[in-house]
Parts: sequence; C-alpha cells; structure tokens
Amino acid sequence: MERPAWAPRNIDISVPSVARIYDFYLGGSHNFEADREAARRAMEFAPGLPKTMQANRAFLRRAVRFAADEGITQFLDIGSGIPTFGNVHEVAQKARPGARVVYVDHDPVAVAHSQAVLEGNPDAGVVAADLRKPQEILANAEVQRLIDLNRPVALLLVAILHFVEDADDPYGAVAELRDALAPGSLLVLTHASFEGIPLPPERAEGAVDVYKDIRNPLIMRSRDEIARFFEGYDMVEPGLVSPPRWRPETATWDPDDEDPWAFAGFAGVGRSA
Amino acid sequence: MIAEPDGPEDRLRRFATIWSRAVFPVTSTSATRPEFEEQLLPLARRLSEALAARTVDTDAGRAVGAALVDAHCTDPEALTRSLDCVDAYLVLYCGGDGDREDLRSRSSRLQHAMAAGFAHALRERTLAEQEAIARAALEAQGLVAQALHATEARFRAVFEGAAIGIGIADLDGNVLQVNGALLRMFGITDQTMRGRRVQEWTHAEDAPQTWTLYDELVRGEREHYHLEKAFSRPDGTVLWTNLTVSLLRDADGEPQYQLALMEDTTERRLLNLRLRYEATHDALTGLPNRTLFFERLEKALSAGEGQRFGLCYLDLDGFKTINDSLGHAAGDRLLVEVADRLQSCATAPGEMVARLGGDEFVALTTGPDTESEVDDLAARIMNALLAPVRIDGRELTVRGSIGIVEGPAGERGPAEVLRSADITMYRAKSAGGNRFELADPEADARAITRHGLTTQLPVALERGEFFIEYQPLVHLGDGSVRGAEALVRWLHPQHGVLGPDRFIPLAEHTGLIVPLGRWVLEQSVRQARAWRERYGQDVAGDPLRINVNLSPCQLTHPGLVQDTVDILERAGVAPDALCLEVTESALIGADDDLLKPLRRLAEMGVDIALDDFGTGYSNLANLRRLPVSVLKLDRSFTQSMQQFPADPVDLKIVEGIVSLAHGLNLAVTVEGVETGAQAEQLRILGCDTAQGWYYARPGPPERLHELALVDATG
Repeated sequence: MERPAWAPRNIDISVPSVARIYDFYLGGSHNFEADREAARRAMEFAPGLPKTMQANRAFLRRAVRFAADEGITQFLDIGSGIPTFGNVHEVAQKARPGARVVYVDHDPVAVAHSQAVLEGNPDAGVVAADLRKPQEILANAEVQRLIDLNRPVALLLVAILHFVEDADDPYGAVAELRDALAPGSLLVLTHASFEGIPLPPERAEGAVDVYKDIRNPLIMRSRDEIARFFEGYDMVEPGLVSPPRWRPETATWDPDDEDPWAFAGFAGVGRSA
Repeated sequence: MIAEPDGPEDRLRRFATIWSRAVFPVTSTSATRPEFEEQLLPLARRLSEALAARTVDTDAGRAVGAALVDAHCTDPEALTRSLDCVDAYLVLYCGGDGDREDLRSRSSRLQHAMAAGFAHALRERTLAEQEAIARAALEAQGLVAQALHATEARFRAVFEGAAIGIGIADLDGNVLQVNGALLRMFGITDQTMRGRRVQEWTHAEDAPQTWTLYDELVRGEREHYHLEKAFSRPDGTVLWTNLTVSLLRDADGEPQYQLALMEDTTERRLLNLRLRYEATHDALTGLPNRTLFFERLEKALSAGEGQRFGLCYLDLDGFKTINDSLGHAAGDRLLVEVADRLQSCATAPGEMVARLGGDEFVALTTGPDTESEVDDLAARIMNALLAPVRIDGRELTVRGSIGIVEGPAGERGPAEVLRSADITMYRAKSAGGNRFELADPEADARAITRHGLTTQLPVALERGEFFIEYQPLVHLGDGSVRGAEALVRWLHPQHGVLGPDRFIPLAEHTGLIVPLGRWVLEQSVRQARAWRERYGQDVAGDPLRINVNLSPCQLTHPGLVQDTVDILERAGVAPDALCLEVTESALIGADDDLLKPLRRLAEMGVDIALDDFGTGYSNLANLRRLPVSVLKLDRSFTQSMQQFPADPVDLKIVEGIVSLAHGLNLAVTVEGVETGAQAEQLRILGCDTAQGWYYARPGPPERLHELALVDATG
C-alpha cells in the first residue's frame, strides 16, 4: 500500500486536532481530553467561540440548501472535519436525493470517522487530501468517481482557509480549484477575522495564540483579504457578510435573537462565470 | 393549524416559545431559534398530554429529556433551563382547570423523568461518540501503521535488492547494517560483517584525503564525501569502489549515523587499466609505445633541478633487408627478440625502453647521474645485440646505430630532444652503423633528418621553397628538342638544394605529395604554355611537350583526372602537350580501378609514359592492358653502352624491347645518355627520344630555350 503524502508518521491523540476542537465547540463528544483542553483554553479568551461555530454551521446549512435550490447536485467539502450533525450530505441529499458529496480532510481521524458515518451511502465519499495540494484532490479517484467536473459543483471551503498560512499560497490553491470547476459552480466560504468579534483584538489574540501553540495557527484575515478568495466569482447576494446575515431563513429573523459571537468572521457565496 | 387565541393550542405554542427562548442560547444546534421552537413543540405537546393523563406517564418525561439531547442540547445548562421552564410554565399554560396541587405534583414527576431521560440519552450519546472517535483514531492509526509498514517493507526491499552496496554505521564506525550487494562485493557473510568497524578498512591505495574526509564527516563538519576507494577482500583480492558516504542526522539535526553507498568499479578499473595499457604499449613487443615514451620523456624533461636525462635512439641496421628477404613474420620475430634484449638492458629505476615504430627503439634513463649512465646504457644495448638471433633455423646478425642525447632537465622539449637523437642516430648510421654517437648541437643543425624534413615539408610548399628544373628530351633521329622532363627541387633554407629522392618518399608518406604534385603539374603546364607562346612548335610541328612524374600516391588520389583537366584548361594547354610518367612498379598488379583515371587521361590525349621500364618484373603481357604510349627505358640498360664495344646481350635486350614497343605502337625514350657513342648506338637500335647529360643536365627553363635555338640553328 502506498503511504499517502498526507499521512502523518503516527496518530497521536494527545495532540489536539482542530477538527475535534470544532466538534467540541458544537457540543459533540468526538474528541479527546487534549482537544477539550485546548478548546477550553481558547474559550478563556473567547468564551463565545461555540456560538461562532454554531453560526458557521448554520450558514453552511443554509448555503448548501441554497446551492441545492440553484440546481447544484455535486458538493466538494474541503476541510469537512468531524461530521457532527447537519452534515452537508444530510442537508444536500434531503433537498436533492442522489446529490453527490465528497468530503476532504487531511486529519486521518476525521477521515476514518467520516468513513464510518458514510458507510452505506453510495453518493457520498471521503478523501484524505490537503487543500494545499489541489491537484491531488482533483486527481483523486473518489473525487473523480463522484464528481463530474464538467457540471457545476458547490465547492465548500468552510472554516478551513484560516488554517492555511500565506506561505502555503491559499489564494493559489483556491484559484486552481476555481479553474478546474465548470461555469456556474459555487464557492461557499467562511473565514475567521478579527472583524465582528465582540472583543478587543488584543484579547482575541489570546485565542489565536492557543491555535499557534497546538501548531495549527489560525490566520485572521481582513474582509478585503477574504474577498480576494472570490476572484473570478460573482458574489451572490448579500455578498461577504457576517454569517448570520447571509440569507437568514425566516423573514422574521431578528439579529437580536443571535448571540453577539455569531457575527464573528465572514461568510459568502460566489458563482463562477 | 391556526390556534384559537388563548385556546389550548395557542397556550401550548406560547409555552414552546418561552421554552425555546430559554434554551436556544445554550444549544449547539445549527437550526434557527424558530426552527428550534418547531422542534420543541411536539415535546411540549407530549408533556402537556402527560400532564393531563389519568396516570402520570413518566415515559413521556424520559422521552422528552432524551429528545432534547437529540436536538443537540448537550449542554447540561439546557436541561436546567428546560426544567426551570417546565416547572414555571407547564402547569400554567397546559394545566387547564385541573387541580393545581395534583398538577404541580405531576409536573414535578415529569421533570424528574425528563432529567433521567436527558442524563441517560446524553450518557448514551457521549459514549457512542467517544467510541466512534476512538475507533476512528484506531482505524487511522492502523492505516498509518499499515502504510508505514508498507513503506518500510519497500525501503527494506530497496535496501536488500539494490545493486549498489549500502551500509550504515554509527559515528564511532561500528557497522550496524549492510545489504546483500555490499556483502557480495566484500565476499564476506553477514556474521563476519557484524562487529566490524569502518576504520579497519584502510588500504594501501587509499587516497591521502580519505580518512581526513571520514573524520570530518563523523564530527559533523561535512555532510558527505565521494571518492574511489579500495578494500581488501578476505581472499586477498582487491575490491575497488566508487564510494559515497553521507552523514545522517536525526530530526533535531544531530549527527546520528553514517551511510555508505558503494559501487563495485573493480571490473571497470581493470578494463580502464587494460585500455590504458593497450593505448600505451606496443602490441607486437609489449614494450611501452611512443605515447607512453613521450609521457615519460616529458616528465623527465620537466623534472626538478639537478635531474638529468639520457636518451638512446636505436635503429637497426639493415632491418629492411631482413624484412624484404625473409618476410614480415620473420622481421616481427626479430623485433620481438630485440625488444626482449633491450628490456633486459634497462631494468634500473628511472630507466625504460620503448618501441617508437618500425625498427626504431628508444631507451631512457633519468636521474642525477645520466651523464655516465647513458654511455653504459648504450654499451649494454650494443652488447645485447652482439649475439646472433635465431629465426627459422637461420642465425641473423643484428646490428644497430644509436644516437645518444644527454642533458639536464628543464632545457629542451621532448620533440627537440627526439629530433636531436634521430639526427645523431643517422650520423652513426652514415658513419657505417653498428656504433653509437653522442649528440652534437652543431652537427644537429647541419644534419638532414627525415624527421626534420618531414615536418618542414608543408611549410616549404607554403613558402615556395620548391622549384622545377627541366631536362630536355631530344629526338634521336634529328637531334631536335621535343620537350622536357620536369624535375622538382627543394631549396632548403639550411641544407641547400635537395633532390626529389630526399623528400618525395617523405611527401608520399605524409600525403603531402598530392598538393606538391599538383603544384609541380601546374608549374610545368604553365611553363609548357610559355614555351609555346615564345617558340611555337618544334620542327615536327608538334608543341614542346612537358613530362611530369606521377607518384603512386597521386595515382590513387580521386582528384587526379579533374585536377589535371582543370590545370590544362586554366593554362589553355592542349592535353597532348602533357606526358605523365608513371613508374613501372607503381603499376605492378594494378587493377582496373587504378588504371581507370590513367585511361581517361590517355583518352583525352595525355601521353602516359612507363618510367624506369625494365627494373621491375617487366610483365610484357601487361603492357597491352596499360593505357601507355611511351616506354622510358631505365638507365641501367644504357649504362653498358658507355663502353665500347657495348655488351651484346644488352644490345639484344634493348633491340628486343624497342621492337616489342614499336610493335605495340609505343614510343621508346632512353634515360642516362651521357656520350655521343651511346646516343648513336641507341638511335641505331631504333629508340625514339633520349635524355641525359650528353644533351643537357636538368636546368632552368631558359636553358631549354637556348638548346632549342641551337637545335633550330644547328
């Protein structure tokens, strides 16, 4: 068996994983003490992080539904993490039975777990790959089996790009993926930012440092920097906004119902020309 | 369903709204608050119904508690808030008009059941998720381990299967692991290899830097090095390798191991040595050849102060005769014997013997005392040649001439030294041979060596050092001048005028004969035109003809016909004004390919003369085949006619040849006519034309003019 390039030398569950930390924020138990410990430390600085993640998750759900309503039946979710609930395939396949979903993550535990969850679902698959090597994702057999690149795809980059440092050229990676997608494809993206966090940046920095400590630095980008990921896409209304403001589901949606932490970061959907 | 204001349904909904508002902030759901409220509504209805049931349905309470967990209310605070909410509002909104006290007690029991149901469901969910993630981690670990194992297995296969030797040792030099290829190269077993230390593998042929590089590497000052290294095998043979040693560092960059990669180059090395040997040794005698000798000589001549050299240049006397009379095989055997004897004369360090080619050998001695040593060396060589050589039952006496050059290193180059030795050897040879002579700079300058002339030939042609003399050809019948033979001369800056016998063979040997011959032809043809312009035709009405010699080498040159045609056309001279002289020996055994150019020239009208006729195996039958129109009788036939009376046999032979020639429609020219009696005799015998001192020696073209005038007036 070929040892994939992504596979770490060993799996050390005493090292926190951002995927499992995310699960912890979402009330899940798919995590180990080291993950919870790191999450708690970050929450000492930013106690509302769970709400931020929840809002992020809610956006993802709305965006997938939007994509399904737009007629998209193929979903490529890169940085999918640990499927907790309201997963893309659940939402997408409910809206469009038979919709194809491929999850991509570079965390082998997340991949193994996804495999267990997706067992028996012929229209969904999981791939161990890294956003930093887009060509490997595109060339992957499972991706090619499930996704027809000649038809529009919803590319989900939800809460992942803020884990890719500039040195690894996240803009280049996104552009490579964009170039591979058929016209009419959608880019669904969320990204952490100091903008919108109900905290002075100095304090939010503390939470950022926790990620640095666990060797998974969190790259906070400005709105403009995040907007650049949409180069080559037309923004879908209402553009790049804080997650709850992106197409709230009920007409009676009231921002005051939302936790202030839900407004941290940016979310948006673009459509490729 | 539209609820009647303040009807039971409306009240139920209001209860659910309050409940959802209370709990939503502590849930993890990705649903919105209104959606979440929709999720709570059936739970509220369940509680409401349980409240109204005849007997309290605690199962309903438990189910509602569990349902909260399913709705992602996994935070215990969600339970607290739910219980607070149920406690405060369930009876109020859903109690109807029942007994307050009873309702409160029922609500209380439902809350207990909810708490139990929540706790149970949360515990189940937590355990399930923990198990799922643990299993995923295990699975991932398994995959990675499997992949790692596969990688290791592959690396092991590469290691074991590699054709190059691979060995790993620690920094103290203890060998930790080696692969099969390395064991096979060393010719030892794994057991023997174990416990060995790298430092044991010193070898006499190690390059000086070998172990310095090693020390630098194990100290971490060098990442790798590459060299050729020899190892001793247990069986005593030597293993030569192309060795690369690299330093392996651990994850923190600390030097940890040394890795050796080696390629067995023994065979290649042997082959190289053999090729080198073959390139530097004479195949016949096994002696060093010219190449190796020049290398050594160069080295000796560039040696430091106080170092001298002595060179003996030996050429066997009369070797050609032996070769010609006994054949090449015998000649070769003689050379081998001579080589063996010479070899035994130069056995001291700094001495060597080489064969330069043919029957030329050199012996070299080097060191500070060559002044006395070189004479001894020459004497030893002369002595070694004394005993006759037995070949095919014959005792052959071998003699040689030796030229000796001796001097300090650093003054002269190899070519100059060799030239001096060559000249000196010729001096010894011309003094009778079987002796040695010591080089003398003045004699060197005077001496004409084949070597010197050969190297000067091309420059001489460029510088115009050649010129042509013409010897008239006279008609024996009427004594008129019919033409002349062109004879090339070399006005050598040091040696004066040299005849063709001195340099034509050298020019033949180097191929310079082709441009030189073309030049002679050009000059001669131009001269023929000049004559024609000045004097018109001879008495017989024919133009003055020019005879030009063709060497065997020119004969085979592919440009012969075209060059001749071009030269004639350029000069505006008719082909019948030209006669090309070819020696009989050049045409012995000539096939049609060789004759073709001559035929073409003859067809054009160029006369072809068979020169020196009667000296070779004059194959008379062959004459019919040759495109020849003139026979030039060799001077040996005419020499006897200088006496009177002439040898009657010679007369008969000449008469016979003339009659044969005329019978074949060939003209006959005689050479070497020196007396009037000779001329008269030849005329009587029927020869057509003659040349010789009796008429004129070869001279400048003007001389011919004088003769022609004399002839015309006489």
